[in-house]
Amino acid sequence: MQLTAEERAMLDGAEGAATQKAMDLLVRYADALGAERFVETDNVAGVPGAAHGFLKDYYRDQGGDYNAIFSLFDLDSDEVVEVPRMKAFSCHLQGGMDPDLWREQGMSETAHDGFVYDEEQNAEHGVQLLKTCTPYVAGNVPAHGEHCAWMESSAVVYCNSVVGARTNTEGRESTSAAMLTKRIPYWGYHCPEYRHGQHAIAVEFPVGDVFEWGMLGYFVGQSVEDGIPVITGAISNPSLIRHKHFGAAAASSGGVELYHMVGITPEAPSAAAAFGPNLPEQHFVYDAAERRRIYETLNAVGECEDVDYVMLGCPHYSIEQIAHAAQLIEGRKVHENSALWVFTSRAVKAVADRNGHTKTLQDAGAYLMTDTCSAISQAIPEGTRVAALDSAKQVHYLPAMMDIEGWYGTTAECIDAACTGRWAGRLQ
Amino acid sequence: MGGAAAMRVDTVDTVIMLQGRGITRGIAEGEALVTTQTISGWGGVNPMTGTVIESRHELKGRSFAGKILVFPGGKGSSGWSAIFHMTRLAGTAPLAMVFTQMTPKVALGAVVMRIPAVTDLDRDPFGHVEDGDRVRVDGDRGEVTIWKGGCG
Repeated sequence: MQLTAEERAMLDGAEGAATQKAMDLLVRYADALGAERFVETDNVAGVPGAAHGFLKDYYRDQGGDYNAIFSLFDLDSDEVVEVPRMKAFSCHLQGGMDPDLWREQGMSETAHDGFVYDEEQNAEHGVQLLKTCTPYVAGNVPAHGEHCAWMESSAVVYCNSVVGARTNTEGRESTSAAMLTKRIPYWGYHCPEYRHGQHAIAVEFPVGDVFEWGMLGYFVGQSVEDGIPVITGAISNPSLIRHKHFGAAAASSGGVELYHMVGITPEAPSAAAAFGPNLPEQHFVYDAAERRRIYETLNAVGECEDVDYVMLGCPHYSIEQIAHAAQLIEGRKVHENSALWVFTSRAVKAVADRNGHTKTLQDAGAYLMTDTCSAISQAIPEGTRVAALDSAKQVHYLPAMMDIEGWYGTTAECIDAACTGRWAGRLQ
Repeated sequence: MGGAAAMRVDTVDTVIMLQGRGITRGIAEGEALVTTQTISGWGGVNPMTGTVIESRHELKGRSFAGKILVFPGGKGSSGWSAIFHMTRLAGTAPLAMVFTQMTPKVALGAVVMRIPAVTDLDRDPFGHVEDGDRVRVDGDRGEVTIWKGGCG
């Protein structure tokens, strides 16, 4: 590897033991990748110091505290070092429980005490508590071309595709090390030659609303797996929430980290520009038959039409989506046999509170929650056997994870299910 | 019967050596666990037991603990390295990895598991190694040695 003088100094301990450990980890990681150098980053998003029971217990003899866990696990150090304030602009992605509604989520006092401690420690160490899978909705929109080091597959695909910034799908250890050093290996999506399209997707069925964009995303992920698709055809109404749903779906069904939509995303003014020197390897067509197949796939684990639980907000809802949900439920009540939890980021909830949306949802018997979601926290209302979701990503993960049935449909169909206790979703 | 149905092209040779790139240092030798399907971290394995839990995976229920894991690579959530890191703490990590698809997940995972791993092999490993073969992974030299039919 070629190291700059500053990197060599950090590796030699010039900025303290923790930074030295972080550089050591990053050098081993870069060597493993085959990266020849680092790139500087001042935009890191991860889950530093996150500690559940197993880790706290495992490191009990070394203190079991934030410092110990960050040193021994995040930095993969053999000794506990003093962890200074993070050098890079560092954000915490989603967490494990709602800061206020944790009891309703079934979390224990002990778990909550740990959550409070971890938050205090992260704040003291200069980590911004965005606590969301949608940092780009909650105060962190990178600049086009900005080198970032982010975890969270749905955030990575948005960062690369919609913004045209540059990140790989990093892990906990690499992002924690990047927070202290402002370095990440120059590899993969940081490199222009890596970002050219590989496969062509022709959209023949009109895709306009969020529901349709999500299904198209799921189809694209299934088709190209972790390749880079170039999408053309009957796509309309590009917007934050549509890209958000599309990307999360594609990252879940496949492992898409970058997509190009010709005439829509910033690195695809034309198909030629998107493909660069590449010839398309595979061609896929999204037509009415494929759309129906995807809809049936997303509804494959739905059998019983009595809906116990409706979850909205995967990825975390924007204020536009909360306003829409509030409008759909205003004046109605969540059915006594059902439940409705809506997830968003703290930043967006602050606006929702002021706008009266939170109260509208509460008056209906629903909850507006932050920080987490049912899949991440494994929290669902007690007794849930059948869930209804407007997220292709959540329906991909939650039913299998919690051993429940799941339905996929539009937001309106989900709100209707919450208020009637019955699923009546249909593909139009 | 289990694992990948790798082509049996080596019926005469009992020892095969593949040359690749070692991505992490060290040498380990043990029994191969082979799959041609990528493996997820979160939702894909139980790090406490070192077993594959993904419902439709061909290795579902099988344990990679103490085995030489031969697979294409990782997939799924960005928590991959952290989940596999925990297998080292829980004592259920594989002995070494031989893989074909490089990603930040598997690279970081190999580093924090502190096990030897080799990729970029000069021949397709899935054409030469099967479940139960004895395999030696040399991360220092980037060499993978396979003894067909297990411990002789």
